[in-house]
Amino acid sequence: MNAIDWITQVLEVVVAVAAAPAFLGWLNQCRAWLQNRRAPSLWLPYRNLHKLFHKEAVIAASASPLFRIAPYVVFGTMVVAAAIIPSMSTRLPLVGSADAIALVGLFAAARMFMTLAAMDVGTAFGTLGARREMMVGFLAEPALLMVIFVASQISSSTALPVITDHLASGHLGLSPGLAFSAVAFILVLLAENARIPVDNPATHLELTMIHEAMLLEYSARHLALMEWAAQLKLFNYACIGFALFLPWGVARAHIGPMGLAVAIPALAIKLAVAGAALALIETVSAKMRVMRIPEFLATAFLFAVLGLLVHVLLKA
Amino acid sequence: MHRLVHPVAAPFPMLLIGCVGLLLGWTVIGLAGLVRPRSVVLAGRLLFPLGALLGLALALLAGASLLGGGIERLILPIGLPNLPMHLRLDPLSSIFLLLLGASSFGISLFAGGYFRVGEGTAPGLLCLQYHLFLAAMGLVLIADDAYSFLVAWEVMALASYFLVTTQHRIAEIRRAGFIYLLMAHVGAICLLLCFGVLQGGSWHFTFHAMRSAHLSLGWATVAFALALLGFGAKAGLVPLHVWLPEAHPAAPSPVSALMSGVMLKTAVYGMLRVGLDLLGRPVWWWGLAPLILGLFTIVYGVLFAAVQTDMKRLLAYSSVENIGMVFTGIGLTIVFAGSGLKVFAALALLATLYHCLNHAFMKSLLFLGTGSVLHATGERNLGRLGGLIHRMPWVAWLTLIGTLAIAGLPPLNGFVSEWLLLQSFLFTGHLPHAFVNLLIPMAMALVVLGAALAGYVMVKFYGVIFLGQPREAALARAQDCGWLERIGLTWLALGCVALGLFPLQVIRALGAVTQQLVGAVVPQSSSHWWLLAPVPERSVSYAPLVFLTATLAVVLMTVLAVRLAYRQRERRGPAWDCGAGNLTARMQDTAEGFGQPIRHLFQPFFQIERELPEPTDRAPRYRVVVRERIWRLMYEPISGAVEGLANTAARLQQGRISVYLLYSFLTLLVLLAVALIR
Repeated sequence: MNAIDWITQVLEVVVAVAAAPAFLGWLNQCRAWLQNRRAPSLWLPYRNLHKLFHKEAVIAASASPLFRIAPYVVFGTMVVAAAIIPSMSTRLPLVGSADAIALVGLFAAARMFMTLAAMDVGTAFGTLGARREMMVGFLAEPALLMVIFVASQISSSTALPVITDHLASGHLGLSPGLAFSAVAFILVLLAENARIPVDNPATHLELTMIHEAMLLEYSARHLALMEWAAQLKLFNYACIGFALFLPWGVARAHIGPMGLAVAIPALAIKLAVAGAALALIETVSAKMRVMRIPEFLATAFLFAVLGLLVHVLLKA
Repeated sequence: MHRLVHPVAAPFPMLLIGCVGLLLGWTVIGLAGLVRPRSVVLAGRLLFPLGALLGLALALLAGASLLGGGIERLILPIGLPNLPMHLRLDPLSSIFLLLLGASSFGISLFAGGYFRVGEGTAPGLLCLQYHLFLAAMGLVLIADDAYSFLVAWEVMALASYFLVTTQHRIAEIRRAGFIYLLMAHVGAICLLLCFGVLQGGSWHFTFHAMRSAHLSLGWATVAFALALLGFGAKAGLVPLHVWLPEAHPAAPSPVSALMSGVMLKTAVYGMLRVGLDLLGRPVWWWGLAPLILGLFTIVYGVLFAAVQTDMKRLLAYSSVENIGMVFTGIGLTIVFAGSGLKVFAALALLATLYHCLNHAFMKSLLFLGTGSVLHATGERNLGRLGGLIHRMPWVAWLTLIGTLAIAGLPPLNGFVSEWLLLQSFLFTGHLPHAFVNLLIPMAMALVVLGAALAGYVMVKFYGVIFLGQPREAALARAQDCGWLERIGLTWLALGCVALGLFPLQVIRALGAVTQQLVGAVVPQSSSHWWLLAPVPERSVSYAPLVFLTATLAVVLMTVLAVRLAYRQRERRGPAWDCGAGNLTARMQDTAEGFGQPIRHLFQPFFQIERELPEPTDRAPRYRVVVRERIWRLMYEPISGAVEGLANTAARLQQGRISVYLLYSFLTLLVLLAVALIR
């Protein structure tokens, strides 16, 4: 590991943290265009964060220290997650310390802190949101793991850069097992990031909300961190998708630092396309009833298991 | 064969004698409690902490033996004539002794502050039962012949039975104790038969003789099945788990912690001892039984944990789930070992042992945490708790560590064993059996589903007890636990953290055990002391310390950046809650509410009784009771059949002496007839 790798590592994290709000802004813009509305500015999420950071924080009287620690922990885990996903380069010094299973564990830790914080104030909506979030999580998390296991069976490693390296060096086109898990992954991405068929990020309609219900008691800088973390999570999920299913363009081990010259524009293009595609999915689908969500996620889980089964069958 | 060819026996079994001395020490401490049975000060302030120190010493001795990797033997001329007691200390015993000693150190300290006057059994008597229980568990682990093993096993069962029924004036608790005793004996009968098969016609009941007995495949399979039943009943493998959710809530919390954290592991020890040591190299398809049962147990246990409303029952079901995890690992180990894939077998065994260690610490921690809550509030029902993090910060924050650990979150210990187990699952593609290769993805899916559901259960457990607003006014008077209890809890929490942060060192120490049982150690492909990279041909690694440092650094940097850039005031105010106002603590989710999605989704699993209020009810009441179908499907028919049989036999009983004399006469006639025919 040399200095250039470390610079790449830092660059990757900085890009993720800085670009995550823009990715969400882009998604919202695309959605507005598709729905014949006037689009908000791409920079709106930044202005929002800026505004929130400047406000005075109001903390519920019944909140414990856990409530105030949680935003920092959630944000921190998302930043660390961004560090171990090979979005630009597969030569990252930090990735050796955490593989894809640890990455899923990291997301689970963030979820756990968020739900505990939501239960901390002791309001009806907070606990309701926490319960629903865990309902989404207990199916989405294993589905994501199974998706990753398909890729790791193909490349015989659970380390994400090795997976990306292996998949990128193969021929174009998905293997059948990966195709199944790609479908599963998209469903998981929608559910985990509170996107439309599962949750509606644009409303505060009490009876249907999940993610927003957990953040109701947060204000000012704590809310800003939570929102930023959510944007980072979306960004991270998109990058996991690229690492598993669209690994081309990432700077790989034998290419060297010049690979970044290709990797950064490649990432930008992939993000632009992914944002537009997500906006399209959200436009053509409608929010589903809360008790239908487990069916949606069970489908994702089954697709992922099927993907693994198909892979094993074809290999045998 | 895979066993050590010439075990290096130390000339003088120093460590083993030390262990025996410590077990005797526990017995003496127990007896000393009888000097002044009513004195809490003697038992709590002197004897329990002393017992804790002996536990620590035992852990140190066992650790020394584990690092040395040798085998020590000792024959004590106690017991029946010509049946001396054989004892042996090898790596497998050592690791479980270490587990017993280290976790009992924390539990005993806690127990010293926990037991009070006027709660059921007198403290002195409890002290005796408790320390006998500890000593018996230790003896189970070093016994080297079937007699001593079963005697210790029974002492362990009886001592824990008396501990479970500490509050024997409550009928429900007596019933729980009865179910426990019954299941313990069903298991013990299976073990008795198992050892009977294992001696293989030599009529020598030392483990050494059993190792060299040559059993046919059929008999070996019978022995394995009996061991699985016997040890499975003790460990809580579904469907033999029914005593766990009854006995754990009934017992005082330190006893629940010991039973769940340590006693269940003696069953795991027994399973490993019989399955991988006494039976020699296992047949690969034996492993499928513990594997499938284990997987079923994981899902079953965690689903029932999710719908519980009693905090200790919830933890008991969570123990069932964890035992499922352990037996899945055992099954995988046997499948690999039987197929000749030694390194993979070692990896699966490592995951199993690691999970045992983890569970001993985290589950004990959680049970003790509920004990403190129970003492402070008098409530076991989750529906009457809440907001205790404000009143009991020590218990709440230490329990949080256990909660995060058992939910399998990095960088704590629960994650390490799950990680190892999943890694060993990912290897099954190498098996020479195509069918099993197909089955494994399903198996892995169940393991990860169980792990994710465990997170659900733990959010419910922690959130409902410690967070939110107190659901009862009386909770405002709750007191944090005393200093002995704090030390005990801190020790266990530190164990969780240490096992999570230094996996490599733990795995090195476990190497002697895998070498002994499956003849291989998990290689370490990295030269860094902080990087866990157990699989040479796959570049996978995990470094919890780096991971933790990175996360902490980012969190601290964020805190600093926010502080420096935005020095904003903050204000305390009433909870906003969408501006609704007038929300009371009773409007928070209850435990029933939090489990509702699971109850709804997995309805066929549960037997649900629901009582819904009418819209016009003046005093609306909602009640839901979730039971296990297994009682109706399996246990009630069995108990009905036994009762019917007993009633039939009871017809012989007339109560008149003339009839009984007639029976004797008839018996004599039959015996004479038999003798004549012969």
